[in-house]
Amino acid sequence: MRKVFLAFVTGAMLSGAAIADDVKIGIILGFTGPIESLTPAMAAGAELAIAEVNASGSFMGGTGITSIRADSTCIDSAAATAAAERLITSDKVNAIMGADCSGVTGAILANVAMANGVVMISPSATSPGLSTAEDNGLFFRTAPSDARQGQVVSQILGDHGYKSAAITYTNNDYGKGLADSIESNFKAAGGNVTINVAHEDGKGDYSAEVAALAQAGGDILVVAGYLNDGGKGIIQASLDTGAFDIFYLPDGMIGDSLPTDIGDGLNGSIGDVPGTDSPGAAMFTEMAKAAGFESGPFSPESYDAAALLILAMQAAKSTDSQDFKSKVMDVANAPGQKVFPGDLGKALEHIANGGDVDYVGASAVELIGPGESAGSYKEILVKGGKNTTVGYR
Amino acid sequence: MLIDLLNALALIGNFVVVPGIAYGSQLALGALGVTMVYAVLRFSNFAHGETMSFGAMVTILVTWALQAHGFGLGPLPTALLALPVGMIVTIGLCLGTDRLIYRYYREKKAVPVTYLIVSVGVLFFLSGLIRFIIGPKDQVFADGERFIMKARAFKEMTGLDQGLAIKTSQGITVITAVVIVALLFWFLNRTRTGKSMRAYSDNEDLALLSGINPERVVMITWIITGALAAIAGTLYGLDKGYKPFTYLGLVLPIFASAIVGGVGNPLGAIAGGFVIAFSELLVTFAYKRVVGYLTPGDWVPDGLVQLLSTDYKLAVSFFILVIVLLIKPTGIFSGKTL
Repeated sequence: MRKVFLAFVTGAMLSGAAIADDVKIGIILGFTGPIESLTPAMAAGAELAIAEVNASGSFMGGTGITSIRADSTCIDSAAATAAAERLITSDKVNAIMGADCSGVTGAILANVAMANGVVMISPSATSPGLSTAEDNGLFFRTAPSDARQGQVVSQILGDHGYKSAAITYTNNDYGKGLADSIESNFKAAGGNVTINVAHEDGKGDYSAEVAALAQAGGDILVVAGYLNDGGKGIIQASLDTGAFDIFYLPDGMIGDSLPTDIGDGLNGSIGDVPGTDSPGAAMFTEMAKAAGFESGPFSPESYDAAALLILAMQAAKSTDSQDFKSKVMDVANAPGQKVFPGDLGKALEHIANGGDVDYVGASAVELIGPGESAGSYKEILVKGGKNTTVGYR
Repeated sequence: MLIDLLNALALIGNFVVVPGIAYGSQLALGALGVTMVYAVLRFSNFAHGETMSFGAMVTILVTWALQAHGFGLGPLPTALLALPVGMIVTIGLCLGTDRLIYRYYREKKAVPVTYLIVSVGVLFFLSGLIRFIIGPKDQVFADGERFIMKARAFKEMTGLDQGLAIKTSQGITVITAVVIVALLFWFLNRTRTGKSMRAYSDNEDLALLSGINPERVVMITWIITGALAAIAGTLYGLDKGYKPFTYLGLVLPIFASAIVGGVGNPLGAIAGGFVIAFSELLVTFAYKRVVGYLTPGDWVPDGLVQLLSTDYKLAVSFFILVIVLLIKPTGIFSGKTL
């Protein structure tokens, strides 16, 4: 009886130890705040990758992975920092998938991730400022920098033959970073930027702003704003006064509601939104459906961020950030066997057998420069009152 | 050369004159409501913006009901059909707040500053009520023909380079404002009730001595104020889209209009509305192309030739307000001093 009891206790301790040895990944996203409608699908994407790995049993000789959610709030840096601090010191996570918005991501990186030496991969922070932020090699993102979007915008404008453009942007880090990137790229390509001014969101009337834009003139008006707010007001006022007929719509302006709200006036306008024609995207959408959620913006990027963390740990044979931080770029890029969503188990075995992988994933990941996605974009044309995809860049 | 001049005129017409007249009419209607309350009840009603928003909200709800049942006015917005209901409900709201809140302070003979603070309380209550009923988001309720004159049609008609667009909502705003102002002046100057109101406003004690019933004067004032607020709020919403929080921002230029024109003086409220509207637009307009048209040759200035960035639009009305209060505290048309 005593022996049985001892065996039971030892067994319990062993299994307890096994649970304690589980690898932990913190998922820190803005579950409350201005992008709370997007974050559930993003977190589900990351958890889908973790569940897939756990089901395969191939991660570091069968070690399990658990995920812990925390709220970044998207806008409150102090709250986000506190949440990340708790993940690392109290929950003892080995890596962080997040954060989402550029401001809180920078704050967590500088105050928590660097201080504690923990790797973080953001699925959706796009500010160009993060490319040059000091990170001790700990920070990566599966979202492209808006500096890249600026190049894409400039190319699309050039290909459509626009020689001069007026730019207006929503007065925050995202708008300003994107507008400046578009201006410098378009000028470098020989285009003429007639004016580059901010607009405030949440005003009733944008006719005065549009009057100033109209006086500066230009073949096309680039509206780097939000589709449910000032961006829509600017477009409506421009059409009403006949100031501009054609608009360029960056990622913040792409959504089904805009063509519906504006109507025929928007036909012929062009734009872009992150997206890829890689088969991985379609595979991920199917997998998400099977798992019971709808893939949304930055949901594929979240899956990829979690997958990269796991593959890098496997490649380094360690869950210590200092060991696997240098492996993230290796598993993300060529050479190696291409890895699509759903292949994570096979990829882990391949790495365990000493092979090399080139992670493609759901968003065609290719990490460049300081560890950010090279970025592929869908080119959008508004036709017949709908956003249609005309190509990929 | 003549073509250049016409182009410059069309440009100013499109971006300054047409929007200025519409915006000025909206401010004037709002300022009339503020000035009526000030003249008779002797306090600054800061809740007026939210009262306008409330009137617009009721009109929108009725408009939706009418649209759902297939009623419409053809090229005109259905909201005009719904407006009388909005006016009646808003009048009810004004009479209700007076009965429940303002009357108490009137009986206590409270000082004007107490009224002012009470009206701020009413403001917050109303803004909460509006968000509770219709939500904080912007609502679309304009229908019918959007333009009287499209910019492109004007260009084709005249052969000029510059278009001139006139929206239906702008046309309706101006026509309604003219009709309402004419009715109001007829009422104040020609009818017995109007005259008794003016008497009460001029000298309360003398009016009481001559047998004017103060409660009746107050009631009629609130009826006029409520109707004006519903009309002004709906016209503003039709022209610029309905968002509940924009009406709070509208209170400031409305008060500036009333004070610049001479608070308590209906004529001053109208003049003040246009002074504020046009100065906001003229000071923040970029004259680049106008200068280009008016100077010989193809020369166009490199800069925007803009006095102030559009961000400072609201500051313009306050600047004018300060100047007027310094030089002529009673306003252009000599109203009461605040």
